[in-house]
Order: sequence, then C-alpha cells, then structure tokens
Amino acid sequence: MHWIAEFYRSTPGKKFVMAVTGVVLFAYVLLHMVGNLQIHLGPEELRGYVRLRYAAPGLLWTVRFVLLVAATLHVIAAVQLTVRNRGSRPVRYAVRRYREADYASRTMIFTGVAIAAFGVYHLLHMTFGSVHPEFIRSDVYHNVTSGLHVPPVSLLYVAASAVLGLHLYHGLWSVFQTLGLSSPIYDSWRRAFATVFSLVVTLGFGSVPLAVLLRTL
Amino acid sequence: MRLTLYIWRQKSTTDKGRFVKYEVENASPEMSFLEMLDMLNRQLIERGGEPVAFEHDCREGICGCCGMVINGIANGPAGGTTVCQLYMRHFKDGAVLYIEPWRSRAFPVIKDLVVDRSALDRIMQAGGFISVRTGSAPEAHTILVSKETAELAMDAAECTGCGACVAACPNGAAMLFVAAKISHLGLLPQGQPERDRRAQAMVRQMDREGFGGCSNHRECEAVCPKRISIRFIARANRDFLRASLFYSKSASGKAGATGKTKRCFEK
Repeated sequence: MHWIAEFYRSTPGKKFVMAVTGVVLFAYVLLHMVGNLQIHLGPEELRGYVRLRYAAPGLLWTVRFVLLVAATLHVIAAVQLTVRNRGSRPVRYAVRRYREADYASRTMIFTGVAIAAFGVYHLLHMTFGSVHPEFIRSDVYHNVTSGLHVPPVSLLYVAASAVLGLHLYHGLWSVFQTLGLSSPIYDSWRRAFATVFSLVVTLGFGSVPLAVLLRTL
Repeated sequence: MRLTLYIWRQKSTTDKGRFVKYEVENASPEMSFLEMLDMLNRQLIERGGEPVAFEHDCREGICGCCGMVINGIANGPAGGTTVCQLYMRHFKDGAVLYIEPWRSRAFPVIKDLVVDRSALDRIMQAGGFISVRTGSAPEAHTILVSKETAELAMDAAECTGCGACVAACPNGAAMLFVAAKISHLGLLPQGQPERDRRAQAMVRQMDREGFGGCSNHRECEAVCPKRISIRFIARANRDFLRASLFYSKSASGKAGATGKTKRCFEK
C-alpha cells in the first residue's frame, strides 16, 4: 500500500486520480442524460426507465457507491491541487496575458465547485424532495414537470447544464494528456471529441428544463 | 522609437520590490530587446543610477538565460523566441511595457529581473542523466537509433532550461521542463536502464521544489523558445505512471544503472 500513498503524494499522481474519477463521473453523466431524455417520449416511457433503474437494487447501490467514491476523490484531489497551484506563485504578475489557456481551462475549479453545489441541490430537489414543494416519491414525471415549472428553477438547471459543458470542454480534452494518452494518430481528434461531447451533454441536459418551461410558459 | 517601461526593481531576494517607470527615447526597431535595455542601462549609469539587472549570456537564443515577462507574456509577444532574439520592431512606437521577472515560488528573485533557477538544476541532479563509464567515445554505430526516434529525442533535448514554461504556467508548474528531460533520455537506448527511476526521481524533486501541477493549459508550449510540444508531458505522465506501478525502488534509493527492481507482491 506504501506505493499508492507515495504515488498519490505526487502531483501527477493526484492528476491521475482526477482523470480516472473524471472518466467515471463522465460515464455516469452520459447514462443520466440518456435516461433524462426519455422524458421527451412521454410519462410512460420515463416511468419505464425509472422502474428499470430500481429493478436491480444491488446494481443501483453499487453505482451510487462508486459515484460517491469517485466524486469524493475528484473533489479532494482538486482542492489539494488548487491549493498547491495557488501557492506556487506568491507574487502575482502585474500584467497577465494568456496565449493558449482558454476560459474553460482557467475556471475548472469554479465550474467544479458550481457543479458540486448544483449536485447537492439537485439531490435535495429531485431525489429526496426536501426542497421540492410538490414532491411525490413515486412519480418522477410529475416531480420533473412540476419542479421545473418554476422559471428560476428551470433556468438554474439550464445554467448548470452549460457550466457542466464548460467543465467537460476542458476535462475531456485534458484527460488524455494526464493519462499519458497522446499520439499523433488521434491527437487532432481530441479537441473535436471534447467539443462534441460537452455540447451533447449541455444540450441533452438543458433540453429537459427548456422543454418543460416552453410548454408551460 | 519612444517607449514607456515599467520595470520590476528589487534590490535582493528579501526586498519587496516595485515597478519603476522609465522613458526610453531613440530606440531603434533593429535593436534587440536586450540592446534596448543596454541603452537604458547606459543612460542610468551616466546619470549615476543603478542599472537594471537582467541575466544574459549568448544573445543567440540558445543559452536560455535571458528570460523575462513582457506585458504578461513570457519572452514577449513574438512567440517561439528568447528575449535576446526579440526585436523592437515587434513593438509599436510609444508602447507601454511592463517588464517582470519569472514569478514562481521555486525561482526566488536575486535582483531586478534575475531569478535563481537552481531548482531546475536540482531536478536534473535527481535523475536527468545516464550512468555510463567515461572514456573514449564509442563507435557511433554500436547502438542503432531510428531517425524518427533520434529526431523526437532531439525535439525534447532542445530544452535549454530557461524556465519560460514555469513563468507562463497559470499554476507555476515545471512539467514541460521535466517532461522534456524525462523524454529525451527515455526515448534513447542509453536512457532505458534508469528510465523508471528517472521519471520518479525527477517528478519527486519537482514536487519538493514547490512547483505547481500541470492542468494542461498549454501556456508553456506557447512561450517555449524551442516550441517543445506538450506531447512530451503526456509521455512523461505515462513513464511516471508505469514507474509507479511496476518499479519499487524509492526515488531516494540508490538504484544504479542495473539496479532496476520490479515490485513483486509486497508482504
């Protein structure tokens, strides 16, 4: 176990943990998005999806456990790396101009914190129902349509989708680099891969609150 | 050319430092940036003032001494060059320029624009070498290296250790430097025996020096005078990962050229 601790103590080690947990979280995000999109098919299809989700409690709790571990490690490593990075330049530049670093790459910690905060709100809203005024435990379709009926809430969901997209725009490109996966054969596709999937995730998640909002306004 | 310069003046490492404004007149577009600073210094000396300290040696763009941050960009706006090879024609007449030293916890300012880059030397001492017997040069064809590999290794070996990558990195990381050194030796047959140990030892020393971590911002690649690619960072990550998984000897241990030990199952 000694070598794992030593590996994690290094900055590339922490980055490796960020990358692997990031891939796990991204896989879940994709699954979750495909599930959400069922709402466009109608109430019955969405309920069918939810029944499927609860059909195997063992699997459901395994996924939840893996997610919780991945999210926790992702956050801890991110905080440790950010503290380290901030400490590496005690005297800041008076003038700073970036040549390559884009908005997404420079705001990873902020978009990350925003996504984590939204995740907590989202769980309280749609899973536990404690901040949902008309929550009915067994009726997901009702919870979504009534919950997103309120424009500020709906817009918050749209904004969260966009922020997640921004986070993935850098993360999905960066992950190859951190895991050491770089080759002239596919390097030119990495940017396209990250752009397409961050757009898919933003539009996929954003389409639900927008659809509820536009139909009910 | 007329220029307004705000130059970082700092008497010593412990001094707080501040910007001082200088007006430069009669600069010629053909001057290099360092020649422009030479002219300013001559004027300062004639007036009995203290000249601006900046590091310089070859003035041919190969030694890696003359780094400074000009208007927020390491080595100035031209890209792919050192400051000595940056010419005043890259600037507009009447330009206002902020000139700062490399800013990093690991690079303490010695004076004005001169920083101490010994941290990079200590990283090299930790593993940036190959252990071979010295003597007369061996016959060049005893060890064959393909042209592609030799060129890739040369691309990495171009690194002069100037520190621009650290200066430009939003995280103050030295990964491009470390990756270039890990890669240029790791690509060649002579570098294989110590490849795992090297990757671990150099990364450990990098962390000890207080550099930040790589977030793949790509700022380093953009300012590197030798345009070293961040592909080498991916390569170094791969080497470090492999070494961490399969190599047990701790970096502080004295694993020699043949001292490579695979980690079996620890009891």
